[in-house]
Amino acid sequence: MLRRIIDWLEDRTGIESAINHFLGEAIPHSAGWHQVLGSVALFAFLTQAFTGVLLAFNYAPTPGDAYSSLRYIVTELTAGRIIRGLHHWGASLMIIVVVLHLTQVFLWGAYKKPREATWLVGMVLLLVTLAYGLTGYLLPWDNRAYWGTVVTTQIASQAPGAGPYLLRLLGSDGGSIGVVTFARFYAAHVLLLPPLTMLLIGIHLYLIRRHGVTPVPGDESLPKKQFYPEQVFKDTVATFVWFAVLAAMVVAVRVPLGRMADPTDTSFIPRPEWYFLFLFQLLKLFEGPLEIVGSVVLPTIAIGALFLIPFIDRGKAIRVRQRTGAIALVALGAIGWAGLTARAVATTPPSTESADAGLRQVEAWREIPAADMAAIGYFRKDNCGNCHVLGKAGEAPDLAKAPSNRPADWLTQHFKQPATNAPPTQLSGLQIKTLATFVAKRDDKAVEAWSSAPQSDVEGAMLYQTNQCGMCHQLNGAGQQVGPPLNGLADRRARDWVEHHFAEPAKFSPGSTMPPYKFSSHDLDRITSYLLDIPK
Amino acid sequence: MSEPKTDRRTFWMAAIFGLPGVISAALAIPAALYLLVKPKSQQKGTWVEAADLSQLQVRKPEEVVFRRTRIDGWRVLTEKATAWVVKMDDQNIVAYHPQCTHLGCAYHWDQKENNFICPCHTSAFSIDGKVLTGPAPRPLDRYAIRTENGKLLIGSEIQKS
Repeated sequence: MLRRIIDWLEDRTGIESAINHFLGEAIPHSAGWHQVLGSVALFAFLTQAFTGVLLAFNYAPTPGDAYSSLRYIVTELTAGRIIRGLHHWGASLMIIVVVLHLTQVFLWGAYKKPREATWLVGMVLLLVTLAYGLTGYLLPWDNRAYWGTVVTTQIASQAPGAGPYLLRLLGSDGGSIGVVTFARFYAAHVLLLPPLTMLLIGIHLYLIRRHGVTPVPGDESLPKKQFYPEQVFKDTVATFVWFAVLAAMVVAVRVPLGRMADPTDTSFIPRPEWYFLFLFQLLKLFEGPLEIVGSVVLPTIAIGALFLIPFIDRGKAIRVRQRTGAIALVALGAIGWAGLTARAVATTPPSTESADAGLRQVEAWREIPAADMAAIGYFRKDNCGNCHVLGKAGEAPDLAKAPSNRPADWLTQHFKQPATNAPPTQLSGLQIKTLATFVAKRDDKAVEAWSSAPQSDVEGAMLYQTNQCGMCHQLNGAGQQVGPPLNGLADRRARDWVEHHFAEPAKFSPGSTMPPYKFSSHDLDRITSYLLDIPK
Repeated sequence: MSEPKTDRRTFWMAAIFGLPGVISAALAIPAALYLLVKPKSQQKGTWVEAADLSQLQVRKPEEVVFRRTRIDGWRVLTEKATAWVVKMDDQNIVAYHPQCTHLGCAYHWDQKENNFICPCHTSAFSIDGKVLTGPAPRPLDRYAIRTENGKLLIGSEIQKS
């Protein structure tokens, strides 16, 4: 029965003989493990296409929605993290395999006559692969994406003569990154590059079949082998190894998603993706007017030289072990790349935001100013909740529903004597003022914190407020900047250090003008815990 | 050219078909889960306060308007929704979804006829939602409901009978 179906298909389409023709390709006797990389690269592209389409099913390509839709994919959808992980790490592993493929072809001298065109098409494919990396980098629209792309477009703008036009082409007129840039990058990534890649792969494969797999000198006289099954087996195993590495990375390494792109964030330190780090470091070697040498001239020369290799090296094909010049060049390139990359990694200051900052849920109370936290404490301390039940309109208005619209002096009076039968307030004048500001101006985060903030942290915030720490320090966007900002203190200082620092600031921070604070051990514990609980 | 040994060839064939099989499964299973499983936040329903039970009169349908939040992919929308709420007796309350089960027109309560009438194709439903006349294929759909502290809560789930 199966035979009949196959025969019918063969008769109508010729597919069986086409497959047999494809699998029966004669390959040189020397063909083997060193020639598996092209197949792996092809498979890597197919994986990227597959996962890319899946991502696009749930991704909204505009700056307004991109980040939240990606976050939705990763946090809300089952296996969304896996799909994005495959695409993200797959991109890196594809770059690796493409570069290894190029290196192998270069070392073996497989670009020589008559295979120059195969090499040229391969070079264009390399550039296309890098273009995927560049355009895809912006699409998560987190800080990393945004600031990384700012740097990229600035570099493009330095191209002599073409700079302004390149910028306009990238949709980044005047150097700013907005909706147009985003649309251009997305369109290039999913509409322009994939068909181009398929076309180029088609030509590349056609040329390989036309000229045959490159033999080793002395190989020509030996009997040929068939592509199937031995070489197919080797290609399959190599592909599987590549995929196994990818799968391991997806499982073991969390795919990054930072906070949403914030063009006003001046603290973010942009870094390109790891495979572009060497270019970034190269740039640092050239200063002032010479910068263009590192950003435009050298990369252009390098790419140009790679394109021209088949026309520069026109000697007869020799065995790979005898190609000392090529080996030396590859070694030099690898050392240069590794050195620059290592230097870039070593000189990168610790990031101000962790790679997966966008995936962590931060409780509302960790993000509101200390004055709001303290006001929540005063509200609780004065038993305001006896009448004002949050989320329910009862005896007194529900303050969670809408901010109070009473004038400040009414509120002050109300706090002093809330009701005829209520006990008088225990709050001081300053505390009453803080609470009055809070009930009139609270935002949604504060409302959420109102019912959920842990009492020990609320007490810490009340101490922070009583001791007027905000006169010198900034916390969650409120306060002065005389002293260091306190967000993310836990990442910088140990608990012990913070506790001792309160008693003798000058001893721990030479030159500090902070007065010493003598807290009871209970209070010291509360205020220290509160400060260490506030994230970056 | 010597033929490779049979067992080596068998091993090659096993790898050529087996390894891509493993890869395909590793890609297809996550893809299927990704496309077919409901998003996590939509798996648990939400409840909104819609009416005060003491204000409802027995066997007198009321059109109740309430605001509910609906999750649309990565967006959270707040929108107006309506329900026809009937207090059948002191224990039993139902909240009907406000669209006719025939083709989704908005129906209304006809005080004179004492039933729900759909203006589109004159389907009529009794006060307990049963089809009296017309093309409607099934009784009125109901919202999931709950009562709490004298309030009627309407859930996001719609029950079809």
